[in-house]
Amino acid sequence: MRRLFLIAVPYLWLVALFLIPFVIVLKIALSDVALARPPYMPQLDISGGWDAIVGFFAALDFENFVFLTTDDLYWKAYLSSLQIAGLSTILTLIVGYPIANAMARSAPEWRPTLLMLVILPFWTSFLIRVYAWMGILSNEGLLNQFLLWTGIINEPLTILNTNTAVYIGIVYTYLPFMILPIYSALERMDDSLLEAAEDLGCSRFTAFWLVTIPLSKNGIIAGCFLVFIPTIGEFVIPSLLGGSQTLMIGKVLWEEFFSNRDWPVASAVAVILLLILVIPIILFQRNEQKQREAEG
Amino acid sequence: MRRFSWFNATSLTLGFAFLYMPMIILVIYSFNASQLVTVWAGFSTRWYGELVQNEEFLDAAWVTIKVAVISSSIATVLGTMAAYVLVRAGRFSGRTLFSGMIYAPLVMPEVITGLSLLLLFIGIGLDRGVLTIVLAHTTFSMCYVSVVVSSRLVSFDQSLEEAALDLGCSPFDAFRLVTLPIIAPAVISGWLLAFTLSLDDLVIASFTTGPSATTLPIKIFSAVRLGVSPEINALSTIMIAIVTVGVITASLVTKQAAVRQARDERMAERTA
Repeated sequence: MRRLFLIAVPYLWLVALFLIPFVIVLKIALSDVALARPPYMPQLDISGGWDAIVGFFAALDFENFVFLTTDDLYWKAYLSSLQIAGLSTILTLIVGYPIANAMARSAPEWRPTLLMLVILPFWTSFLIRVYAWMGILSNEGLLNQFLLWTGIINEPLTILNTNTAVYIGIVYTYLPFMILPIYSALERMDDSLLEAAEDLGCSRFTAFWLVTIPLSKNGIIAGCFLVFIPTIGEFVIPSLLGGSQTLMIGKVLWEEFFSNRDWPVASAVAVILLLILVIPIILFQRNEQKQREAEG
Repeated sequence: MRRFSWFNATSLTLGFAFLYMPMIILVIYSFNASQLVTVWAGFSTRWYGELVQNEEFLDAAWVTIKVAVISSSIATVLGTMAAYVLVRAGRFSGRTLFSGMIYAPLVMPEVITGLSLLLLFIGIGLDRGVLTIVLAHTTFSMCYVSVVVSSRLVSFDQSLEEAALDLGCSPFDAFRLVTLPIIAPAVISGWLLAFTLSLDDLVIASFTTGPSATTLPIKIFSAVRLGVSPEINALSTIMIAIVTVGVITASLVTKQAAVRQARDERMAERTA
């Protein structure tokens, strides 16, 4: 009895507020837009009996998904989201790896402090961290002021409201997600392995390439997924730092819903986005599981 | 011990400069006297004064804190229950679906979670406001709590609980007197995580709120869409200060708790 209660409460909560909403999204994605409240049709009316239910299912179709393939905007937005997510994952890896490596090679008594310094920004509002860059990257912003002052440039660079600003924003906000898994993989590595490699005639760089990198492979994979997966559906960064030419699917979905009020198309966009995400998520899960098994 | 190379020292310096510079600049410029956010015109606390008098921000802050406290508390209870079920309840029908529903919200894009919950609330005719944001926040943050708590439950020696039961505790007492104190640090960090997630959330709150309830992130977002503003800088500084103090206190407290626990365990071993 007690066990049943313990299972039922969180179970039913998640079914009601996680599973059922998805079924609704799927259903509305198959509906048509209508000038009504709520702005889609058909509406399911169980009181109409069997005929109404049959009629309801008959009125559902894949029209919105066909529409998504005919309008360039959508597939371009999906592709561009994947591209931005992919490139910024690589950039985050390039920036994050040396930091994680340096943390893992630092004196043990320093590590907890360094770890806290990496985690601290994660607790600070995401919105504020993105916003902080707006003042730095704008045309009269600090970066331009600094570059003009040093004489590197004569004209202010336009960075804010371009894709470059989006990349900077993503690397900045997702950096801890990359550093932490790589750090935890590298921390377990035995320093003497590197010494052995160097004794056997490796240069510092070759030792790093042949020993450190392979040993941190799992951390690298986990970090890349942790950056790549959430970036695809990102909304705040492209809308604050990106420009009108920045196409990301999270932003498209938001505008489809709030500006165009086209709920069926917004739902169809969500369904496709989910289908795209399923592949990296399954790969990520498999990698985690493999790692757990390897650790026994 | 290998020599700590120049390359590593440089990586750390540049890395942490990159992580902290933007926030430090934000804090410095919140004390700028000028309306123009990029021109320094001397020290002033003018924007803090204006912020405190801005009713809209104060209202939004109050709504946000209310939502965060309620949703993170419910999420902690539900998430701890869910973690217990995942780690201890063994096999039951629908277990795969259950663990799927726990892990899926962690990787779900916020736009999809927000959209789907909004469509549900409209479907059942629930008026949107504080209640709907609380429901939405509870749902995604309980999953984070359950992940945090279940990782602690896995590493916990179940025989302690069995010993309590053998000594005549009811299952509830065994949980309250033995299990809960041991998993308490994880439950507390789960609550803190849920609280911060709720405090921070813009996207899901925007979807699930109505005209009656505006949270601070929604307010900040609509203000900064038009550009940088000194008042938002002041607000951000306050939020950064609260988080910094909170995280440092929490880490000192857990450190102390760890030391105490280690001492207790040594004592227990000696007496045994």
